[in-house]
Amino acid sequence: MVFDQDGRIVSVAQREHRQIFPRPGWVEHDAAEIWDAVQGVVAEAVTGSGIDFGQLVALGITNQRETTVLWDRHTGRPVANAIVWQDTRTDALVRSLAGHEQLFRERAGLPLATYFAGPKIRWLLDETPGLRERAERGDVLFGTVDSWLIWGLTGRHVTDVTNASRTMLMNVRTLSWDDELLAALGVPRAMLPEIRPSAEVYGTTGDGVPVAAALGDQQAALFGQTCFGPGETKSTYGSGSFLLMNTGTEPVSSKHGLLTTVGYQIGDAPATYALEGSIAVTGSLVQWLRDNLGLISSAAEIETLAGTVEDNGGCYFVPAFSGLFAPHWRSDARGVIAGLTGFVTKGHIARAVLEATAWQTREVVDAMNADAGLALTSLRADGGMTANNLLMQILADVLAVPVVRPMVSETTCLGAAYAAGLATGYWPDTDSLRANWHKAAEWRPKIGQDVRDREYRNWRKAIDRSLDWSTP
Amino acid sequence: MGVGETIQSVERAAGILRLLASGPRELGVAELARAMGLPKGTLHGILRTLVHVGFVEQDAATGRYRLGGTLLHLGSSYLDVNVLRTRSLNWADALAGRSRESVWIGTAHEGGVLVVHHVFRPDDSMQVLQVGTLLPAHATALGKVLMAYDPYGDPGAAFHAPSAPEPAAAPAPEPAAGPGTASATAAGTPSLAALGAAAGGEPAAEGVLAAFTPRTLTSADDLAKELELVRGRGWAYDVEELVEGEVSIAAPIRDARGVTVGAIGVRGAVERLAEAGEPNITIVSYVRDAARAITRDLSR
Repeated sequence: MVFDQDGRIVSVAQREHRQIFPRPGWVEHDAAEIWDAVQGVVAEAVTGSGIDFGQLVALGITNQRETTVLWDRHTGRPVANAIVWQDTRTDALVRSLAGHEQLFRERAGLPLATYFAGPKIRWLLDETPGLRERAERGDVLFGTVDSWLIWGLTGRHVTDVTNASRTMLMNVRTLSWDDELLAALGVPRAMLPEIRPSAEVYGTTGDGVPVAAALGDQQAALFGQTCFGPGETKSTYGSGSFLLMNTGTEPVSSKHGLLTTVGYQIGDAPATYALEGSIAVTGSLVQWLRDNLGLISSAAEIETLAGTVEDNGGCYFVPAFSGLFAPHWRSDARGVIAGLTGFVTKGHIARAVLEATAWQTREVVDAMNADAGLALTSLRADGGMTANNLLMQILADVLAVPVVRPMVSETTCLGAAYAAGLATGYWPDTDSLRANWHKAAEWRPKIGQDVRDREYRNWRKAIDRSLDWSTP
Repeated sequence: MGVGETIQSVERAAGILRLLASGPRELGVAELARAMGLPKGTLHGILRTLVHVGFVEQDAATGRYRLGGTLLHLGSSYLDVNVLRTRSLNWADALAGRSRESVWIGTAHEGGVLVVHHVFRPDDSMQVLQVGTLLPAHATALGKVLMAYDPYGDPGAAFHAPSAPEPAAAPAPEPAAGPGTASATAAGTPSLAALGAAAGGEPAAEGVLAAFTPRTLTSADDLAKELELVRGRGWAYDVEELVEGEVSIAAPIRDARGVTVGAIGVRGAVERLAEAGEPNITIVSYVRDAARAITRDLSR
């Protein structure tokens, strides 16, 4: 996407790359294919905007986090398919690391989970003959996708600090690779990229365009939403949902099931931290209603169906399809629909589906407020589900704060562009970016506290009923 | 019945429907019989059946036939307003960004224009979401577009505005309005609060459209002429016809078959949106670009 100085979209190009599923639980990408696609869309977006590369001020990168690429330093070719963040092949490996759980929590700010990059590197080193030796000599390099793309664009082996904060290898306070974490995971330092700020000129492309920013997707959305002040929170509603709260220049350790992560770092300025609440199933529950139950024929129709009833009719839907993520982290949970009676219709179930997204958000917001000692005053929502007015109203109702949709919903790309523009002086400071942020819509709470409290109690009862279902 | 065989009466019914859809607005049985090369008696039976299922209507005064509302609903497969909003979201945002005005998407509903999407004017002033509000059709650009391109035929008929003006700006019923949006008009922006007051104030006389300002088109003839202009031009505007000091500009959103399923437009101060009573042509081009982009998207 190409943006102008007012933060408006000038042109868009997109291309899908393959999702590779070699076995149940395994998810891979072909890093070479991603590189080809990126070159294609960059050229297409520039052509489509009617400008030439010389007029591009800077290039910023945003990427799916945690996905792990290993490549040969000399040939530049990947040594295996990239292991994607959803991949759970490292399950047994992660369980074997249980003795280090406290170390990872304290140093990396992360719980032990297959989600992060470190265990994926370890798996590749263990399973590929000869790879560990090559990695120790520095002949094989590791990077998340930001790092892989910067290598291709500039020839430098660097990563941005937000992506590094998702590896379980970086000390979240010093922002450098941590020897104890490396030892615990058995990852040689020689293969790791240099950790750099999210916004600085990493190098230039062959066309002379500065490559000036990289941010993990959720951090980029935080940046694109201009959540630059402590307590400012964004929530992105896709198939899952990710809430990030800016906690300022000190990392906050979560006591309530959230992740401590780096929000961004601009040049030499101190890093800004964030607490992250990850919800596995929100929008994908609507898709499930469409694809598996056939109650609706398009995702948007959930609002129409839910609008046929006044309330949930006493029915609650906990979509713990693969356990519960933040703040519960219960892998033994499975989905339940609670409170069914003969009165309940598909309209009530549709409503319960939307409420499930709102209540899961509420649980994460409560955890954030408790961890940060700050009370959320408004929620900046983005992503595809913000088109659903009923969901946005329910969110405002259950959170008891206004919910605001910004003018540009592509906040991840915008955030990367903003960071690159800051690094190159296209924008002077974050205040000038705030001036580009405009409210497109706002929903205010409308229900009473008594109703809110009663519904929250019922939701928690439904959560209780989802637990202790799946046994390993 | 073997594979490949067809039922003659169904084919004839389809032929009648095709004629009614393509020819002049209403056809008599003699015209239909001539066009189909069939005896009138044969046609009567088929027409009676088609009227019975609601696919064809017979005009009580002339005895001529036209397509029925049931069939039109079936044919336009009723684009869900929430789907329309979802498909329009990015384009509406882009229009608000380019025009620096508030953006509105409306559909025809109970004689008025139901606001199904609203993007705030990007100036960070206090604004209240108006999704679910019902606007008067004859005094807004959105309404004029929807009437001019009404797939149901008679301009204005679907809106029954000429003789029975709707109480304007009443909260719309479900399903389009969420639980929180139905009462949005109570605390509306200054302009829409004023609109609400105007709508509640002056009940119009029989055969006269409700007047909101001195510039509101209040005669059915004037409105019909205006809609003819809209059809010729491909877009509509209102200059201070609903609210003093405000202009709206709108263009049609069409589905894959070319049926107008909604309208998108901007609303703002007359100083910004018009010069000497004529709408700003740059803003018009932005509105038409957005409408075309959504139309393209819906046809995919």
